[in-house]
Amino acid sequence: VSGAIQVAGVGAVSCAGWTATQLCEAVRTAAQLPAKELARPGWNHGLQVRQVPGANPRPAFFAHPRFRRTSPISLYAVAAALEALGPDRELIARRELKLGIVVCVMSGCVNYSRRFYDELLRDPSTASPLVFPETVFNAPASHIGALLNCTCINYTVVGDAGTFLQGLAMAADWLQEGRVDGCLVIAAEEADWLTSEAARLFEEKIILGDGAGALYLKASSGSAQLKAVTDSHLFLNRQDRNCAALKMKAELPELAGRVLLCDSATGFADLDAAEINAWKNWSADRVSVKKTLGEGLAASSAWQCVFAVDSLRSKKHDAATISVLGSNQQAIGAVFSCESCRE
Amino acid sequence: MPPGGCPGWASAVPAFDFSSGGSLSLRVLFPRPWQEKGSPRVVITGAGVVTAFGAGWKKNADGFRTGRTAFQPVSLFDTSKHRAKVAAEVTFNGDFPETRLRRPQLRRLDRASKLLLLAASEAWEQARWEASDGLPVVLGTTSGGMALGQDFYRQALAHPQTHFKQATRVVHYQCQRQALDLCDAFGFSGPLTLIANACASGTNSIGHAWELIRHGRAERVLTGGYDSLSELVFTGFDSLQALSTTQCRPFDHQRDGLALGEGAAVLALETLESAQRRGAVILGEIIGYGAATDAHHLTQPHPEGDAALASMNEATRVAGITPDQVGYINAHGTGTPLNDSAEALAINRWSGEAVSRMRVSSTKASIGHTLGAAGSIEAVICLMSLREQWLPPTSTLQTIDPACRFQLVTKPEEARVDCALSNSFGFGGANATVILRRWQ
Repeated sequence: VSGAIQVAGVGAVSCAGWTATQLCEAVRTAAQLPAKELARPGWNHGLQVRQVPGANPRPAFFAHPRFRRTSPISLYAVAAALEALGPDRELIARRELKLGIVVCVMSGCVNYSRRFYDELLRDPSTASPLVFPETVFNAPASHIGALLNCTCINYTVVGDAGTFLQGLAMAADWLQEGRVDGCLVIAAEEADWLTSEAARLFEEKIILGDGAGALYLKASSGSAQLKAVTDSHLFLNRQDRNCAALKMKAELPELAGRVLLCDSATGFADLDAAEINAWKNWSADRVSVKKTLGEGLAASSAWQCVFAVDSLRSKKHDAATISVLGSNQQAIGAVFSCESCRE
Repeated sequence: MPPGGCPGWASAVPAFDFSSGGSLSLRVLFPRPWQEKGSPRVVITGAGVVTAFGAGWKKNADGFRTGRTAFQPVSLFDTSKHRAKVAAEVTFNGDFPETRLRRPQLRRLDRASKLLLLAASEAWEQARWEASDGLPVVLGTTSGGMALGQDFYRQALAHPQTHFKQATRVVHYQCQRQALDLCDAFGFSGPLTLIANACASGTNSIGHAWELIRHGRAERVLTGGYDSLSELVFTGFDSLQALSTTQCRPFDHQRDGLALGEGAAVLALETLESAQRRGAVILGEIIGYGAATDAHHLTQPHPEGDAALASMNEATRVAGITPDQVGYINAHGTGTPLNDSAEALAINRWSGEAVSRMRVSSTKASIGHTLGAAGSIEAVICLMSLREQWLPPTSTLQTIDPACRFQLVTKPEEARVDCALSNSFGFGGANATVILRRWQ
């Protein structure tokens, strides 16, 4: 093992607000956050979503030329990234810190994809060239890189919610290899009637949430640390969700002290069955961020990690276990701990 | 208690045993054992490719070696209102490789999945790998099953109360489903990493796979890229006026845009030690990878090619070679005015004194821009060049852009090539370079 990986910062945007503090407070108090209706063409009622509220005050970066036409996913991703980076943003601007960027999405830039395809169906000859580039999966990652003037390695990784934990492992590799001095791992999604309807095909009462979460990792000790990410256990013909969840659970170490389990349960029995089974003997503290924030797809697991790290920093727990059962790809887990946070 | 029916249960051990002070599992993603013996050499033991030339090494080698082009009027959707009318479409001849996929899975395969599976099947057979747990898969794509997403949207609008087949479309639209089908087809269990760095994805995926092996994270990795044509993406490039309305002519003084294609390429990568232990046929070696980000513009490269230069410099530095050792460059060379001028400047700058001897071509003149597949397909073309000692031409080139101070290959030719470099650049400022070496 070549060194510790520190969580140097966290950031979050969610229906609770534009900061990690708001997210953590909402989850901690199990706040009943209002859902909003998104109009759905052809229906006489809308689709409920837990959408990010308008930013007030507007973050300064909204004025950057790159953000004149971006869709919400890019704004969320950047806001979470900047909050996580904190003062290190200045070091990056002065080229004194090499920053890697990993952006994780599942649904991605769906607002502009839908809008562009809608324009295409009306008349392809008038479809907007301004909209199309914002449909590309790596548009948010590109905007973050441009805002920070960061020219180092920058990946957009697609997959279900577990992808964020894969992104943490990827960032840890880059840090341990000395390829970068710091690495932002971000997951972001934006609400749209299209994705909400798609999700309802699998659970009629599910409410999607949008936003972003970010962890800023550095290769150093101190503060909260990323201690482990399990293997990614795929949902395959020969391995169902139940098996994948049990294997993930088995790879996670037994932790001493006050341990928090931060799981990916949605509150719907069918969707949660495998995860409930895997953790049926868990008796310590447990939190399910989706029950407050909605199903945030890739962003959900970032929110889980943000909440876990906040809980360590605020000395409520000594260690936190993250359990993620994604919707259609993998079961994967992670562990954070904070020796210096212990009372 | 070990659950019945869970394969590989015995391999599930704690990621990090705190009580023992740090015993590690090889399988977990973090922390992983650090490479102690120095970086292993990474070789290619399988390569599969599908383009508009057809499926398989031979059909493609014949096409590139003779400098043919494979464009035709688009048949997959109506282009009557588009500026551009042609693309390099793949024709499926009905033969599909034997795999472990179940009949319902086979029925649900979309166009992109079929391309991916065809290429993977060729690579898998060539490598003679066995089904196993724990084979990492790293793939690049820009749009996964976009055509299914389009179907979903059209039905949602036309029949708002009907959900017939919509759930299937939702699932199979997503690229992780296509990658999972790949795992099911050959009986391995990942993990999956799906890189979506626009048109650089296919090179980023190979580079990332190479790094996993080089840094001791895996002994072998299946990697590649795939993308199928879709109306949304075709219209997108058309709306940007990036598609040629005449003929795609990369590095031509009169070039007026790119032409789209579709396809897939998959490589079986493993350590040299593993390949030799198995007695595998080694097709070539990957020796360098570089990636850099261009913060200049969402769709336009820096006019001086700064990030392209950084990417090429990093790849050569990592490979431990100098530009004069590179015998062939497969350029990104889309045929758009901005890409080719920036890339030409980058190649000029990177080559230094070797520029006048540098041999360069863009095979997008033959099979179009295959987006997320491009970098992987072009890596396979480099492999062909290295193994068979010929250079593929920029087959449509008429008048060379004077910005090109290097030698553009305009006709198929025999050549001695020991190292080949492939560039891929994408929207969002993604730049990636991979360097391959001949295996002798």
